[in-house]
Amino acid sequence: MNVPDDLLYTETHEWIRREGDNVRVGITDHAQSELTDVVYVELPKMDRQLNARESIAVVESVKAASDIYAPVKGTVVEVNKALEADPGLINREPYGQGWIFVLKIDNADDLKQLKDATAYRKQIG
Amino acid sequence: MSETAKKKTPLYEEHVRLGAKIVPFGGWLMPVQYTGILEEHQTVRNNVGIFDISHMGQLIVGNLAAAGWLNTMLTNNIDKLEVGQGQYTFLLNERGGIIDDLIVYRIGEQKFLLVVNAARTDEDFAWLNRHLPAVEAVAAATAREIRIDNRSADFGGVAIQGPRVAELFHALFGEDIDLPPRNHIIKLGFAGTNVSVARTGYTGEDGVEVFFRAQDAAEFWNAALDKGKPFGIKPCGLGARDTLRLEVCYPLNGSDFSPERNPIEAGLGFFVDLTKPNFVGRKALVKTKENGSAEKLAAFRMEGKGPPPRPHYSIFRNGERIGEVTSGTLSPSLNYGIGMAYVSAPHAKIGTRIDIEIRGQKFPAIIEKKPLYKKS
Repeated sequence: MNVPDDLLYTETHEWIRREGDNVRVGITDHAQSELTDVVYVELPKMDRQLNARESIAVVESVKAASDIYAPVKGTVVEVNKALEADPGLINREPYGQGWIFVLKIDNADDLKQLKDATAYRKQIG
Repeated sequence: MSETAKKKTPLYEEHVRLGAKIVPFGGWLMPVQYTGILEEHQTVRNNVGIFDISHMGQLIVGNLAAAGWLNTMLTNNIDKLEVGQGQYTFLLNERGGIIDDLIVYRIGEQKFLLVVNAARTDEDFAWLNRHLPAVEAVAAATAREIRIDNRSADFGGVAIQGPRVAELFHALFGEDIDLPPRNHIIKLGFAGTNVSVARTGYTGEDGVEVFFRAQDAAEFWNAALDKGKPFGIKPCGLGARDTLRLEVCYPLNGSDFSPERNPIEAGLGFFVDLTKPNFVGRKALVKTKENGSAEKLAAFRMEGKGPPPRPHYSIFRNGERIGEVTSGTLSPSLNYGIGMAYVSAPHAKIGTRIDIEIRGQKFPAIIEKKPLYKKS
């Protein structure tokens, strides 16, 4: 499974890419492979304020619906509208065009709570 | 049930070798998919796919008085079966509720093969045994003349399904061997052993189900995959099996059936012969037929874009709750959400507009004719 070194990760299989005061968030290669074919994505609402680990979006495969969580406290400033027409982007490019949303983070220190690639690799075995 | 108690089919190692995702299902560890549910689904609709169905149960009922007695245990009429012919039927409780749905094949004048759902095998077997005629109640020890054997562990099985099944059948068994007619079962030689081939399936495509000795399972599976290459064969998992059966509205016991639901409300009265004088559950079904059922199992499709429907979602009409989804998915062939649901009878008519509640929001849907998918 692909676990890029330059990203941060959550226990719940989101990846996080720091972009200045914002973070871009998606689900990991491992997560998309476990979910199987993604057929629907319920995107977060713009400008919504969230606490860490709050449920924010839903990714649905043929078999099941899975919650996506905010990795840290912040405000939704961008959502990936392309997933509405092509939810399979999450399977094909989980770290690229398959990103789900961008959060403006309240406190950059919160990122220290997240896992690095080594810790996440250990989690998924 | 703990992970260690889950059973493995004789094809388990083959699934692992092929990289299948394995999930627990009905007490078994089964492949849910190999490469992807959507791809496997399309393979069955367009070419041919092979499924492991070794988890399904095989009960053999035989001896002198088998036919007469078995006909009092099942809803359909086995008197209509010639040797080698099968029929879809129900095993009911006294209230008319569905214990299991199954296919019964007459494999001898007084010998029957029952192919039953994996998770219900033990229960079906116990139920049939409990209902054997009591020795003291019948003359000439009829009870001892009926034998029920649970042969599930001795057999493996595969379903080979899709428009190219006939080509693969001939590649496996010989160009001069005829496919059995629909719902019939035949014995054929294969690599020095005998296998049973039935013209049945659970996908809405032409297909066969093949049963063989458990020790021959891997050899048959690999031969089918090998000979099926020119026809585009792929191994297919339970995920595709579920989307395929739901598109053609074949019910799944445990989801669309329960011991609280009867075949009449499920819309499957065709497989119940009420002209038979006696079978378990008959009285309750006659009553349902007279009074009409309060709810009916209806098929529906989602209108417009929205999340796929799932089991247990509530169904509304004009703000009033009228039912609940029992099976739902995104249809890979139709590319919209489809499902089945028990809805109150007045709202079960084709064309009725309904709303399905998904995470607190209502999405429009419409009651449709079964099957939802038909080959063009």
